Amino acid sequence: MKIFALLIVLLTGGLLIYGVEDMPGWGDPNSRPSLHVSPRYIEKTMEETDTPDMVTSVLADYRGYDTLGETTVIFTAGVACLLLLRRDP
Amino acid sequence: MVDYLISKYNYWIYIVLMMVGFYAMMGKRNLMKKLIGMNIFQTAIILFFISTGVKKGGTLPVFMEGATRAADYVNPLPHVLMLTAIVVCVSTTGVALAVLLLIYRRYKTLEENEILKSIR
Amino acid sequence: MIIQYENVIIKTICRMLIPFIQLFAIYVIMHGHYSPGGGFQGGVILGASFILLVIAYGLEESRRRMSLKALTIYASLGLFLYSGIGALCLLMGANYLDYAKLPLPISSIPTIRAMGILGIEIGVGIGVMAIMISIFLVIASYETGGENG
Repeated sequence: MKIFALLIVLLTGGLLIYGVEDMPGWGDPNSRPSLHVSPRYIEKTMEETDTPDMVTSVLADYRGYDTLGETTVIFTAGVACLLLLRRDP
Repeated sequence: MVDYLISKYNYWIYIVLMMVGFYAMMGKRNLMKKLIGMNIFQTAIILFFISTGVKKGGTLPVFMEGATRAADYVNPLPHVLMLTAIVVCVSTTGVALAVLLLIYRRYKTLEENEILKSIR
Repeated sequence: MIIQYENVIIKTICRMLIPFIQLFAIYVIMHGHYSPGGGFQGGVILGASFILLVIAYGLEESRRRMSLKALTIYASLGLFLYSGIGALCLLMGANYLDYAKLPLPISSIPTIRAMGILGIEIGVGIGVMAIMISIFLVIASYETGGENG
């Protein structure tokens, strides 16, 4: 069982290393994640929201709906823990 | 092709960490060790994602007076997405620990083969 | 299971440090606009201060200070604050979570958006604190008879 798991792990690692060829280099300012909507968030954060911290303004204003979903996830996890570990007295 | 792989050696580190977590999830028999393997896997994914936003010569994504161009700041978008991922990781670990407590109370062991044997 | 040690050093140091940890957590939540921080980080630090109280003093002592019923009320209050601000924007005629039309007596629109961000960060901080403490308390008090024991 452990040999089988080791073979699968080595195969997956080899496939992932084969896919590293298309990845951007380290610190490239023109790589794909930093191109389309991220410069707009960086440049307009002081004039649209009065917030110097870009991470908070993106998290709570531009992507506020995702943060609502995340708060629901952690609330549901807390409720699930409370329901699972209740002992009848 | 080989010198592409040698110059992008940071991806090797992420792949090694991911594979360590993956082997722990599949190859170990104790349920608690599988849970720790899942945690290692999630940490490796978070590390990989944040590293795609680094820019050469960029600083912290907090607005400063002298720098107005977009190339002066590190990309804030992966940081935001990974905040959600960290919260999801914590929630999953919490619920999984609660389920492990219930399994231990019912079967008196946390080894996978003994649990499967006492189910059949 | 929390084992109760009779240790004067740990009890004294924890009793002196916990108010400062909570003050730092409120600072992290409130300064999310100007420095790294925000709702989640401050909420986790606030929850960690209560967990330090449980580790130093035992379960019974902290059950008197923060019961599970109060924790469920805090968690619901945090989530209600978040979606309540969103619904208030909907009542004023804008989209959901569009902070530009909140009924605040401030004239410039970017400052109203900053106040909306502050409101939802406070809600998130309270909710995350309550959930962190409640997960820890439920798992720790499982052996000794559950939360009714």
